[in-house]
Amino acid sequence: MNGKIAIVGDGDSITVFKAAGVATFPAENEVRAREVLRKIAGEYRIIFLTEELARPLTEFLKRFDEEPYPVVLSIPSKNGSTGHGTELLKSAMERALGVDILFNN
Amino acid sequence: MARLNVNPTRMELKKLKARLTTAVRGHKLLKDKSDEMVRRFSLIIKENKRLREEVEKELSETLRQFSVARSVTSSYRAETAFAMPSVAVKADCRVKSVMGVEVPDIELINEKRADGLPYAYSEITSEADYSVTKAAALLPKMIALARIEKTVRLLAVEIERNKRRVNALEYVMIPQLEETIKYIKSKLDENERAAVIRLMKVKNKAD
Repeated sequence: MNGKIAIVGDGDSITVFKAAGVATFPAENEVRAREVLRKIAGEYRIIFLTEELARPLTEFLKRFDEEPYPVVLSIPSKNGSTGHGTELLKSAMERALGVDILFNN
Repeated sequence: MARLNVNPTRMELKKLKARLTTAVRGHKLLKDKSDEMVRRFSLIIKENKRLREEVEKELSETLRQFSVARSVTSSYRAETAFAMPSVAVKADCRVKSVMGVEVPDIELINEKRADGLPYAYSEITSEADYSVTKAAALLPKMIALARIEKTVRLLAVEIERNKRRVNALEYVMIPQLEETIKYIKSKLDENERAAVIRLMKVKNKAD
């Protein structure tokens, strides 16, 4: 099945992916990002979301954890990584195993 | 542990024994499933961590580079240059099953473009070219990360759910059934003894 790829984030961080052929949806804050996500979640199967927007939307994004698609991935923006991805990883691990086997702290 | 509210009859006893056998077998199966899922999960999550670190490093670098490169060009020109992408990347999205959990299976469909970059060379600096190429090259990795991270999350949810099932069987269902079976057995024994005594008394009177 064919799936389209989208990226949601602030203007500067996503322009480069537009040139690479990914559909881009600018969103300057999390309220806007939530609207955009709601709109495109059915159409796009893979959605990249910058960490600045993903962090306040963590609760909202949980609804995508039940189904295989759409896949929402939080990526660092041009300001660099904030460690949000690692946090998500950690919470999934604690949920499943109850212990931390990767970070050991 | 509370026992079930049933009549102490042989019929019920038979039914409960069958249920207990099923429960024990189900518990064993679910426990095995849980063990195997945890094993796979710990493999996948290690891979996930490695890939994420890689992607984050490269992506931050690319984006930083690009915003520097972009700042050289006027923002209007940059917008117009990037406004019309020559390709749209597509992914082949399928679903596969890992231990009965449906997880995404994504493959990037590569479409070759004619000239490599979606804008005229005169419009933009070569640094930007470089970062665009890099971003495009990074895309397969990002998609792999998206796939694996989703898998991890789906598996985590399923492991949690499965664990709850195992615990419900182990600590509620099975003890409850055992207790009820024991109760019915003692009740039946009691009835039997009462019947014997009654017969003995009747016989005494008859003599």
